[in-house]
Amino acid sequence: MAKQSGSNKSRLYVPEPPFRPGDTPDYSHIAVPAAHTPPRPDPLCEAHETTPHATSLIRVLRFNGETQGDWAPEVSPELMRRALRDIAMTRAMDERMFTMQRQGKMSFYMKSTGEEAVSVGHALALQDTDMVFPTYRQQGILINRGASMKEMMCQCLSNSGDPLDGKSIPVLYSFKKHGFFSISGNLGTQLIQGVGWAMASAYKNSDEIASVFTGEGATAEGDFHYALNFASTYRAPCIINVVNNQWAISSFQGIAAGEGETFAARGTGYGLATLRVDGNDVLAVYAATKWAAERARRGGGATLIEHFTYRKSGHSTSDDPSKYRPENEPEVWPFGDPLERLKTHLIFIGEWDEERHAALLDECKGVVRETYKSAEAMGNLSGETKVNDFTMFEQVYEHALPHLDEQKRWFAQERD
Amino acid sequence: MPQMNMIEAIRDALDVKMSQDSDVLVFGEDVGYFGGVFRATAGLQETHGLHRCFDTPISEGGIVGIAIGMAANGLRPVAEIQFADYIYPAYDQIASEAARLRYRSNGDFTAPITIRTPVGGGIYGGTTHSQSPEALFTHIAGLKTIIPSNPYDAKGMLIDAIEDNDPVLFLEPKRLYNGPFYGDPHAPAKTWRGHELGEVPSGHYTVPIGEARRLSKGEDVTILAYGTMVWVAQKVAEDMGLNADILDLRSLLPLDIDAIEKSVKKTGRCVILHEATRTSGFGAELSAQVQERCFYSLEAPIQRVTGWDTPYPHAQEWAYFPGPKRVGNALRKVMEG
Repeated sequence: MAKQSGSNKSRLYVPEPPFRPGDTPDYSHIAVPAAHTPPRPDPLCEAHETTPHATSLIRVLRFNGETQGDWAPEVSPELMRRALRDIAMTRAMDERMFTMQRQGKMSFYMKSTGEEAVSVGHALALQDTDMVFPTYRQQGILINRGASMKEMMCQCLSNSGDPLDGKSIPVLYSFKKHGFFSISGNLGTQLIQGVGWAMASAYKNSDEIASVFTGEGATAEGDFHYALNFASTYRAPCIINVVNNQWAISSFQGIAAGEGETFAARGTGYGLATLRVDGNDVLAVYAATKWAAERARRGGGATLIEHFTYRKSGHSTSDDPSKYRPENEPEVWPFGDPLERLKTHLIFIGEWDEERHAALLDECKGVVRETYKSAEAMGNLSGETKVNDFTMFEQVYEHALPHLDEQKRWFAQERD
Repeated sequence: MPQMNMIEAIRDALDVKMSQDSDVLVFGEDVGYFGGVFRATAGLQETHGLHRCFDTPISEGGIVGIAIGMAANGLRPVAEIQFADYIYPAYDQIASEAARLRYRSNGDFTAPITIRTPVGGGIYGGTTHSQSPEALFTHIAGLKTIIPSNPYDAKGMLIDAIEDNDPVLFLEPKRLYNGPFYGDPHAPAKTWRGHELGEVPSGHYTVPIGEARRLSKGEDVTILAYGTMVWVAQKVAEDMGLNADILDLRSLLPLDIDAIEKSVKKTGRCVILHEATRTSGFGAELSAQVQERCFYSLEAPIQRVTGWDTPYPHAQEWAYFPGPKRVGNALRKVMEG
């Protein structure tokens, strides 16, 4: 038995989320800033000038459809309609794939519902040649950059149309031609790799920057520290994005980092520029990304952006969120839905209406349905995947090594 | 022909590649201005510039992490991990990332990185400066693990590693940096001067990854060794008057199994040496493969000579080290069997 003098007043503290299943969630205590955004400094300002931005929230879109604040970007209605379409398309694809997973067509799927504006707004503000190091919830970037949806679906179906020949689980895409780095299932690892990629870009005097992603949960990994530290030391031209969607599978964000400070504030101690942005506000995400990209490209180094959003669905098809949080929590989350907020704005400025919106949703649904049909025709898990099993021996090394050739022969005999 | 010790040969390999290819960058803890704690990068920053050879934070996971990202962006990084004992924070980046990137992206992205790191005991480094963790890496598909035993091979293998399009772990037996070591710490230290493998051609040449070197040709027994143990094997076999077929494996993965099989089928006897701990050591893999391929040629049970299954002790360094006595006992046993 440990000695108990009574002088130590510390008791083990384990943080708990405010609401669990059965509770009535009430987020009225989260003040949605009415005055909106902190001022927009020059992108080449001293990093410490962004310290206030790490604890406030950059917002552009008001719920009534107005924009305000000096972060409001000058964007054309065309660009905003494109953002709307990308968000809607991402959502439609997620819906379809989730349903098809439930029908046994694929082993697994991960939706990005509720946080599509982070990927879409971010991608719209980057150049297509900038390399993103995504997590598994950035499919909106691929949609925005015009990746083949059929190839994406075939990857999830692990069929004969899968560019990865069935080697990776669904959603762990790799699209070098779209500046989309191969997604790792080990979380956080790609952060420091993206910093290295950016260092190489600077070494080569290239104009390209890197943009790396993590969820708030994996900021607890050492790799997050490596990334911030190396980005600071070598002034790497990159953007480090923390998508704070409140939930890491079943653990609320207070588990990842305590409840004392924001995730954006993590960057302050490293001397990085820090922005905290309403991730359900696609224009705010766009504006913050533009600022950080300009800073990186002009030699100002890395920016840490916390995208404050909410994961409306489960982590993946493998978990039931009603087991760890109130079922209606997504509806009462006080920052609204990114698709609805952009739609409201476009209608407010007279560039959109309900009929066109309904037509857009129908169109996305139709595109997804037809694309899925052609993708599934190339094989699926409940029927035949049509993937050649022998490809599992390929791409272990550039050239097959003798021991692998031998094992391939053994496998062929096993098949005879 | 220039005479070099192993440090000079490694530095020369880096210098040759950095001169040839501006994509080759060298970095790690203390490698820049100072030139590395073992001096393997001395002068490279002065010759090639601050951007080509630089210091990093004390962060092995970070060092390998940036190397992967740089390689994915077209460079050929050569990262130094100051001691292999410090490599574990980088294990995730090596095992889950560098080694898997080509596979998981089906060749879309690759990580042609070289990681150099000193291994092995013999310098009173104790538990944290003496380890031989090769078996933790030969178990990883997608990675190559190699270990030279002399200056000539060190230069040629390092150049081949840098030019390889897959990640390579290049282990440097630190006890051999200044000269061959025959297992007796009390004998006067030998340098590489005058040794034929201390003659290192200037300029570019490669020693291909995947080929063992036959150190001596014999009919009595096959000795499989790598790193420091190569020279201990040679000395003990000579002292015992054995005609041993000694294979310096040089490359653990890929393994030159054809050379091993040929030799054991000829001699019918096999002794395996390594400095690393015994259980699940690379010797177990070698023993299994020899047994699978040469069972009907074996005249005696295969013998393994290794370090003990303890951390590498400090004051008891030479009690741990698989020295001439332990090697001699195994050779006698295999010859009697």
